[in-house]
Amino acid sequence: MTAQSVTAPARRPRELSLRDRDRILSIASPIGLLLVWEIAARAGLIDTRFFPAPSSILSLLVQLLNLREAWAQPTLYKTWVALTSGELEMDTAASLQRLFWGTLFGGVPALVLGIAMGLSRTTRALVDPLIAATYPIPKSAILPLVLLIFGLGESSKIFMVAVGVFFPLAINATTGVREINKIYLDVGRNYKADRWNTFWTIALPGALPTIVTGFKLGVGIGLILIAIAEMNGAKNGLGFMIWSAWEIFAVEQMYVGLFMFGLIGITLTVALNELERIIIPWKTS
Amino acid sequence: MPLRPVERAVAAVRPAIRIRELTKTFGDLVAVDHVSLDIVPGEFFMIVGPSGCGKTTLLRILAGLETATSGSIEIDVPAGSKRPDNSMVFQGDSIFPWMTVWQNASYGLRMRKVAAAQIKDVVGYYLDRTGLARFAHYYPHQLSGGMRQRVAIARAFANDPHILLMDEPFSALDAQNKLLLQEELLHIWEEHKKTVVFITHSVDEAVLLGDRVMVMTAQPGRLKQFVPIALERPRDIMELQGAPEYGELVHRIWSSLRDEVQRARELEERIGVKS
Repeated sequence: MTAQSVTAPARRPRELSLRDRDRILSIASPIGLLLVWEIAARAGLIDTRFFPAPSSILSLLVQLLNLREAWAQPTLYKTWVALTSGELEMDTAASLQRLFWGTLFGGVPALVLGIAMGLSRTTRALVDPLIAATYPIPKSAILPLVLLIFGLGESSKIFMVAVGVFFPLAINATTGVREINKIYLDVGRNYKADRWNTFWTIALPGALPTIVTGFKLGVGIGLILIAIAEMNGAKNGLGFMIWSAWEIFAVEQMYVGLFMFGLIGITLTVALNELERIIIPWKTS
Repeated sequence: MPLRPVERAVAAVRPAIRIRELTKTFGDLVAVDHVSLDIVPGEFFMIVGPSGCGKTTLLRILAGLETATSGSIEIDVPAGSKRPDNSMVFQGDSIFPWMTVWQNASYGLRMRKVAAAQIKDVVGYYLDRTGLARFAHYYPHQLSGGMRQRVAIARAFANDPHILLMDEPFSALDAQNKLLLQEELLHIWEEHKKTVVFITHSVDEAVLLGDRVMVMTAQPGRLKQFVPIALERPRDIMELQGAPEYGELVHRIWSSLRDEVQRARELEERIGVKS
């Protein structure tokens, strides 16, 4: 046996930090799934009537977005016109508008009522039973009634979203105000904050983290409800698009609609998290 | 109720705080029982007592956060004074997490709608004095516990009250930070010698900071004894702790307090509730 120089086996320097590795994996997994799906569809391993190849969904998406035509336009303005006249853009815009107005019409009263309930025992005693009684009803179950009352127009859809946003926001606003540490209210009294300042400098900011959580929940429920509301008695919108795809058995179109809803959901989540970071700079995590 | 002219002439020093037969009950529980005392202007007045003896209740009545069941409290405020009669430094975290150090320290002044330029001067001064100037735009969660409590102290001093009320302000801090803050508090206090009413459960703290110590009995909270602390000012806390008078005073107060703590413990055990 010859003498060998004994050195510790040189450990290869870690080329990727764990964080980078996680990031790559989290991108790789959906891409991998899409690839497997594509191959399986082309090889006839899955029924393309239900699971059309991702490439065919993508090409329909491009078509519905009017992207080819938009690309061919000579001026920026005409590109814009072509894009906004795309079928998918119009449906998406219709859904987003309903979501926006519903959030506004549901959110503002929820905020006012919720904070009032948090601050005033009387308001709480009056309103709490009403909310407790109506909250457990599945919001989708009132759609027929809403259609009866508001008709098939915009207002019925907006109302559905508003209902979805209202409950979690009102409930969270109440909880948020009530759970403000009593010591802060004592400080307010000791330092002579009047009612107005007690509201603006203590009650509102103190409840804000809980309110924002309620708002995020509410918008999520609003998105569910707009999809449901548009499937019954609407003439446009993503929900309508998915429903009509079912009626004509255009499965790819259905997937395009689902993809758009997913995209809206993700965008809203990211945007609301960012908004939270900006308006609640004191939040610890 | 202001004093009548005759009484004013008779009183050698007009008390800054005059408490007469003050009683506070919560249902059957007597928290404060017929307490009467005068606190002179500029006095650093300490209250010690076993937990649950009603000392916080007494302070909260002074702060206007509770109303007395019977008896009276008079805080001597010159006619026409725009300064608040009291500002409190609360026990535990009481600065607003949603405000920066600056916004917290200026809170009282802003609520009283003091001119912006004056707020800037006063708050700037006290943040400087408490070593927080560099952290003016930090939020409380970015600060240590000791720094947060310094913000609370700056907030109270900046509000420029006639009386400062302090409810065990250092009880949540570790020993080193507590020592530092006690020193800083004494330094700031030396400048204007405001009247201070300071609650503590620490006999050491009572002797180190106070001009006079009031020992309260276990529930119901009564006045047991006054112990004057005739130690020279300005005080050096480190030096003082080695002085023989210091030990004697601590011993004297502790022997008075000890029975009460013992009794409070028996009471707790009998009722089976933790107060």
